[in-house]
Amino acid sequence: MMHVSPIREPLINGEKSYNDITNDVMAPVKAKPGKLWYVGLTISALLALAGVGAIIYTIWNGIGLWGVNRTIGWGWSITNFVWWVGIGHVGTFISAILLLFRQKWRTSINRAAEAMTLFAVMCAGLFPLIHMGRLPLGFFIFPYPNTRELWPNFNSPLLWDVFAITTYLLVSLLFWYMGLIPDLGTIRDKMKTAWKKKVYNFLSFGWKGSARHWSRHESMSLILAGLAAPLVLSVHTIVSFDFATSIIPGWHTTIFPPYFVSGAVFSGFAMVLTLMIVTRKALNLEEYITVGHVESMNKVIIATGSIVGIAYITELFMAWYSGVEYERYAFVNRALGPYAWAYWIMMTCNVISPQLLWIRKLRRNLAFTFGLSIFINIGMWFERFVIVVTSLHRDYLPSSWAMYKPTWVEVLIYLGTFGIFFTFFFIFIRVFPVIAMAEVKSVARSSARKFLGKSVKQKPEKNH
Amino acid sequence: MSSIVYGHFTDELDLLDAVKELQEKGIKIADVRTPFPVHGLDTALNLRRSRLPKVAFIAGAVGGTLGMLFQIWVFTVGWPLNIGGKPQLAIPSFIPVAFELTVLFAAFAMGIAFLLRSNLGPGQIPDILDEDVTNDHFQVILSEKNNQVTEPELIEALKAAGALDVKHVNSTK
Repeated sequence: MMHVSPIREPLINGEKSYNDITNDVMAPVKAKPGKLWYVGLTISALLALAGVGAIIYTIWNGIGLWGVNRTIGWGWSITNFVWWVGIGHVGTFISAILLLFRQKWRTSINRAAEAMTLFAVMCAGLFPLIHMGRLPLGFFIFPYPNTRELWPNFNSPLLWDVFAITTYLLVSLLFWYMGLIPDLGTIRDKMKTAWKKKVYNFLSFGWKGSARHWSRHESMSLILAGLAAPLVLSVHTIVSFDFATSIIPGWHTTIFPPYFVSGAVFSGFAMVLTLMIVTRKALNLEEYITVGHVESMNKVIIATGSIVGIAYITELFMAWYSGVEYERYAFVNRALGPYAWAYWIMMTCNVISPQLLWIRKLRRNLAFTFGLSIFINIGMWFERFVIVVTSLHRDYLPSSWAMYKPTWVEVLIYLGTFGIFFTFFFIFIRVFPVIAMAEVKSVARSSARKFLGKSVKQKPEKNH
Repeated sequence: MSSIVYGHFTDELDLLDAVKELQEKGIKIADVRTPFPVHGLDTALNLRRSRLPKVAFIAGAVGGTLGMLFQIWVFTVGWPLNIGGKPQLAIPSFIPVAFELTVLFAAFAMGIAFLLRSNLGPGQIPDILDEDVTNDHFQVILSEKNNQVTEPELIEALKAAGALDVKHVNSTK
């Protein structure tokens, strides 16, 4: 059923029939989970519980438990928030922007990347909520008629953030779930047990693969992608406004929106690589998520990593060229001040290390890519730390200069979000198909369609 | 009570050929069910172009307009605040929220319209004739009700088009 193109690397390996694709992808859903899965889930769940404990402890006693002070009001909490939101950009980037660009390799990784997006955005959303200090009053941020007769300040980027991230989470969830419906139908029909059939039928909304439904589903997916593409770009743009619209030296820069968006895609792809290199091995999906996929993602990493590198250098140049002494000092202090170690970790991990990917051998080397992806995750975390902490700790008034060190509570909350993230991820890989089966089937033969005598009769391809 | 005849193909190109062959004979096709969207099938079946994009456009326009008007109302009528003497009607700073609402309304209206129009939703029990249509079968369904010919003729036509495993059931619909 598969045909091999003489020119392009196949999107999936192993001459799969449609039935093979179904069986391979849903094997983890059908099979009993192994020991490793239970161990992973238990560790994640315990970590999540510890994090929740630390959050409750913070809310009970107040933000005074953290290392933040009058000078550095945004510590790890906002660093982690921006880091998680950045990671949460890639799923919808893959499924929306790569769909509009007709990149067929996206079909093998979009499902897992979108799931990852949802979990990452959920983790991200936690931080500003905790940082408000009074979590039970968190609903004050939404505009609703209230006895205080006040509305939220729509001029504030912090409120734009509320709208952007809420919309992003909801629309990503919709996009992800709409894509899942046909695959849940497949699982329903493959399940033998009656109650599982019922559950998956409920989840699949009674999907039956009718041509009319597919036609609507396709046109909906395309429009959703068209809506989600500017949405992805808007979210991190607005996150960058949190900084850029202030008048803190080091934050007040017009380069922030594109710089943050490319940084987000950069870190997101790194996280997808970290997870997928392990997942493809653990779930025997090596023929679906191939070295070719890893290479494609690595190419995106070079592109976005280089944009990030140029942005760093542009920032330095503009600080010098602006002639503003505060701006200049902020950047000299970043590179040579007490937090220089963080700055140089960021530079090494984000600017220098991805440049190694120009070498094809390294791009296609899984162990190297895995290591590099961890490097980038660390580097991107330090980028946010550098932006948040070093810009704040020495501002206009030298008498209020201070240093910041996180306390164990902040560290535990951060680790806790990893627990939350991985708990959801472990459940996801056992309950839902990790690869979009229907989409992979639809591209399984198309990479070679042109070279087939039989396909001449086919209408020219529409959408993707 | 009328009869439903169905059979399946194992390749999407065979399916497309068969659909054309049946239509040339003047047989109306009740439904085609496939494991993934087959390109060219919607034109072969003369399916009308989905109007979901229009739903999205209208809902998006409503969301964006409401978002913008609401913010304008809040800052000029509802509770005008003096923020450093800046203009109360600060349209540029209302754009992010209005944009997010545009996307939110458009996406959800379209999603809900899709489910309602396709009669999909939690608790729906589909009339599945072949459990492999979500796996690797491309199924053609013919209904006696839509066609002027009898059931054996439909079966014959479907077999002639190359369908495998042709069966018939009595539909209650």
